[in-house]
Amino acid sequence: MTPPTQMSLPRRPFDRSIALMRFIVVLLFVLTLYGFTALETGGVNMADAWSMLADNAATLFFRPALANVTVSELLVSLGVTIGLGFLTTVFGAVIGFGLALASALNIAPVWLSVLVKGFTAIVRAIPTVLWVLIFAVSAGLGSVAAVLGMTFHSAGYLIKAYAESFEDVDAGSIEALRAGGADWWHIVGQVVTPSAMPALISWTFLRFEINFSTAIAMGAAAGAGGIGFDMFMASGFYLNIREMGAFTYAILIFAVIMELIATRLQTRQTHR
Amino acid sequence: MRSFDFLMRQRLAVGLVFLGILIASYVAVVVTEYDVVKGFQSIPKAVIWSSENFYPDEKSLKRLPKIIAKMQETLVTAVTATTCAAFVGFLVAILGANATRPHWVFSIVSRAIASLFRNVDVSAWSLILLFSFGQSMFTGYLALFFVTFGFMVRMLMETIDLSSADTIEALRATGASPSAVITQSVIPTCMPQFVSWTLFMIETNIRSATLVGILTGTGIGNLFDIYYKSLNYHAASLVIVVIVIAVLLIESVSNAIRRVVLQ
Repeated sequence: MTPPTQMSLPRRPFDRSIALMRFIVVLLFVLTLYGFTALETGGVNMADAWSMLADNAATLFFRPALANVTVSELLVSLGVTIGLGFLTTVFGAVIGFGLALASALNIAPVWLSVLVKGFTAIVRAIPTVLWVLIFAVSAGLGSVAAVLGMTFHSAGYLIKAYAESFEDVDAGSIEALRAGGADWWHIVGQVVTPSAMPALISWTFLRFEINFSTAIAMGAAAGAGGIGFDMFMASGFYLNIREMGAFTYAILIFAVIMELIATRLQTRQTHR
Repeated sequence: MRSFDFLMRQRLAVGLVFLGILIASYVAVVVTEYDVVKGFQSIPKAVIWSSENFYPDEKSLKRLPKIIAKMQETLVTAVTATTCAAFVGFLVAILGANATRPHWVFSIVSRAIASLFRNVDVSAWSLILLFSFGQSMFTGYLALFFVTFGFMVRMLMETIDLSSADTIEALRATGASPSAVITQSVIPTCMPQFVSWTLFMIETNIRSATLVGILTGTGIGNLFDIYYKSLNYHAASLVIVVIVIAVLLIESVSNAIRRVVLQ
């Protein structure tokens, strides 16, 4: 008697991307387990700290109150932070636009593109706060260092984003203009910029959102003033959670409004 | 004639937008008390100063092992916070996504929670968490966790609705249980995007971790702050070199992975 042959489904062909994905998930899982053993808590009793956090969160969100600044001072601080975010976005966009034209592969020479892309990769790799602190040595802590440092990082980010948007522009239309004898300025002005415009606008707006939160951080960590500095004082100097709550709400309201605008911009573009 | 009108109107609109941006920039300059002249003067000054003082010298190289150890500590914190937040965020996204939610109330609650965690900046979370957890790595871990969690919930909710909705409907039509729908449809279809967003947030969080470190007194950020404040600029510049190498390395690896996974 012969044993019944086992029926089996044909093996799925080896899929490189699924294998890699599984490997990454396992690797991240192992790293996370290791991370938990390495995470030091500074000798804080975790149970106490969590219950304290719950208390603090309740105070923060349900009993916000101003103490060391007035409402108008709060609004001015928020204005400084928004102003820093806006100004650095505008500067970053201007520089970004120029250098993105020099680094998009479909309109710039290869050597220039490689040069600019390599340089901006390094600029982006340095966190914004370190840029601000580097400039602070020669310009002093304050808005000048903050604007310069944040502009650097914004420009690095926008050069990459804009260049990628330019590279997505339909190669056929560029080819058509080139065949018609149009020069570089015509190609940039008549095809590349207009067709990349929606993408440029949404990248710029996204960067403004990022710069707003960076401006908060620069106030807290690099003495750039604004609402970040007020928060830093309330947290480290006055130890006033209720005032932190008021600042948190101010940030939250502005950020949520920005997000709603961004979502509307996006849906308008995709429905076009 | 008509096309002339159209062109004129378009040019006028573009001009008005530029004028608006110019005026807003002027207001911003006034409000932030930004000194434009000093700003321009500071750039060459910073370049000259950096070339004279801001480079790693031989003495600072002795600190390299310590810097690398702190960098490693920061990297591990960023990865741990991101993966934990991604996992929890995935669970909340499943509860909140239109295609998988048990009830529409869950959508509103998940959206609100995600918005709260995402829109309070990571530096603000650090300052809030300092009250209860003190200056420790755990404070930084939680701050990164909160922001990443908010981001992941939003992105994964969109991903589930975009890429899994069809297969979910098909499975439901066969009478599959909710758990079967999640394991057989949601997880396989969302996995590439999930991995991609997680890698993206790891990159983002490594940069944020430097900032959080300055605020919470831990990791590479704190080490930079110590060198910087003690005017040891050679060592501080070495910290920056290490950060640049680490970020570029992780960026290129994760870009390569993303290309294969999202093909």
